[in-house]
Amino acid sequence: MITLTRVYKAYPKGVFALRDVSLHVAKGEFVFLTGHSGAGKSTVLRMVYVGDLPTEGEVRVAGRATHAFRPRDIPKLRRRLGIVFQDFRLLEDRTAEENVAFALEVTGVRRDTVGPKVARVLAQVGLAAKARAFPHELSGGEQQRVAIARALVNDPFVLLADEPTGNLDERATRGVFQLLREINANGTAVVMATHDLDLVREANYRTIELEAGAVVFDSGVDDADVAGAPA
Amino acid sequence: MRLAVREALRSFRRAPVLSVLSITTIAFALFVVGLVVLVGLNVQAALSEVGERVEVVVYLRRGTPLEAATIAMEDILAFPEVADVGYVSEDEALRKAREELREFQDVFDDLTQNPLPASLEVQMRPGFRDARHVEDVAERLRGIRFAEDVRFGRDWIAKLDRLRSIAAAVSLLISAAFAAASVIIIGTTVRLTVLQRTREIAIMRLVGATSGFVRFPFLLDGAFKGALGGVLAIGLSYAAFAVVNRLVLQGRFFTPAETLGFVAAGTLLGLLASAVSVGRHLREI
Repeated sequence: MITLTRVYKAYPKGVFALRDVSLHVAKGEFVFLTGHSGAGKSTVLRMVYVGDLPTEGEVRVAGRATHAFRPRDIPKLRRRLGIVFQDFRLLEDRTAEENVAFALEVTGVRRDTVGPKVARVLAQVGLAAKARAFPHELSGGEQQRVAIARALVNDPFVLLADEPTGNLDERATRGVFQLLREINANGTAVVMATHDLDLVREANYRTIELEAGAVVFDSGVDDADVAGAPA
Repeated sequence: MRLAVREALRSFRRAPVLSVLSITTIAFALFVVGLVVLVGLNVQAALSEVGERVEVVVYLRRGTPLEAATIAMEDILAFPEVADVGYVSEDEALRKAREELREFQDVFDDLTQNPLPASLEVQMRPGFRDARHVEDVAERLRGIRFAEDVRFGRDWIAKLDRLRSIAAAVSLLISAAFAAASVIIIGTTVRLTVLQRTREIAIMRLVGATSGFVRFPFLLDGAFKGALGGVLAIGLSYAAFAVVNRLVLQGRFFTPAETLGFVAAGTLLGLLASAVSVGRHLREI
């Protein structure tokens, strides 16, 4: 479903964000991407949603290599992915339901199907009562739930979450993480970048650790198979 | 489409000050273009009025029979460059001279016989009132059997020609320069709107909006601001025109069709400027 094969990402001045990264995420899997800030977690996610292309190597998403994507293919792919960020990225001048509806509207779905779908996902994330609230009227945890609802509304095959609990307090973190687990239990794959090791320890999910752009640990494969792992 | 209109209106509502500023800036830029075009149109109108006086006079030999003159007139009227031909008899020429040259009244009174020849006054059609065509017609007129002499204001027509070309070139150049400035100004104001919405555009793209979807509300926004700026510019031009018309000189304003064309041009400029600045900016996000 998602496969990175010997991926390098170099930026000008010879800085490598990713070095020889190979990994595979299967359908319905829950994967933690861990590592310090700047280890390359966000870059891996960016490679998946084609926010960037690898300098070397190949990234395949839903069976297609991203470097072969034409510009108009990228929006089509993103509609099948759910993306969540640490800073929520909600449109401030729209209510929770409008934020969620927006993700449907850009796909050009029929207007009469928008309302019920939005109501369903808002209920799923536990925010049915706050559908008409603006982001500034919501707590951090609630805002992240809106962002998750927006990510879910197009029934993605994978949810990419980049430090989704990074801005949240302990209680909200638990709530959001629990929500992600439920989403995964319903069959959607989740790739979650985090440096919250408590969460990682709490759930027994596959963990891939990055360091300076290289995979140094992958609980899903034998140590010997981890490309780029230091000797 | 409905969504795009809603998004464009939303952008207007969210930043009303910026939107009003943009429209005012566009209006003033187009106002200058409008003024230059208006001045150009009035100069052209004045010149073409002067041009109506371009005529070639064929002086006929003394004793040319009227029938012969009439036949010549018919031939001349068949020239594609000629609008009209008038016959001025010897007597009529003298009468005119008496009227126009009153200071020589004594000389006229002392005349025992009329020294003035009969003539044919040939008016040129618009579009043929330049030196080349006039000379060409004069040359053909010289071939008429009864023609004694053919006269036209050679220098005067050449000067008029030059003036016409200069006026056209200057007004074209200045209005082109200001139109280019308007495009840049509109582009910049639209770019400001785009910059203000960078975050929103990035979010749109993340949830899978196509470039066209992101671009369309901006194009609509630009076209709308261009149109509104155009309407305002016409209003400002009319105010300026009214003042000049009352205080300085009588001129002409845009015809309804020209007004419509001007607003359409504003809309098009807005559209063009948005397309350029959004296109460039979208590649950067």
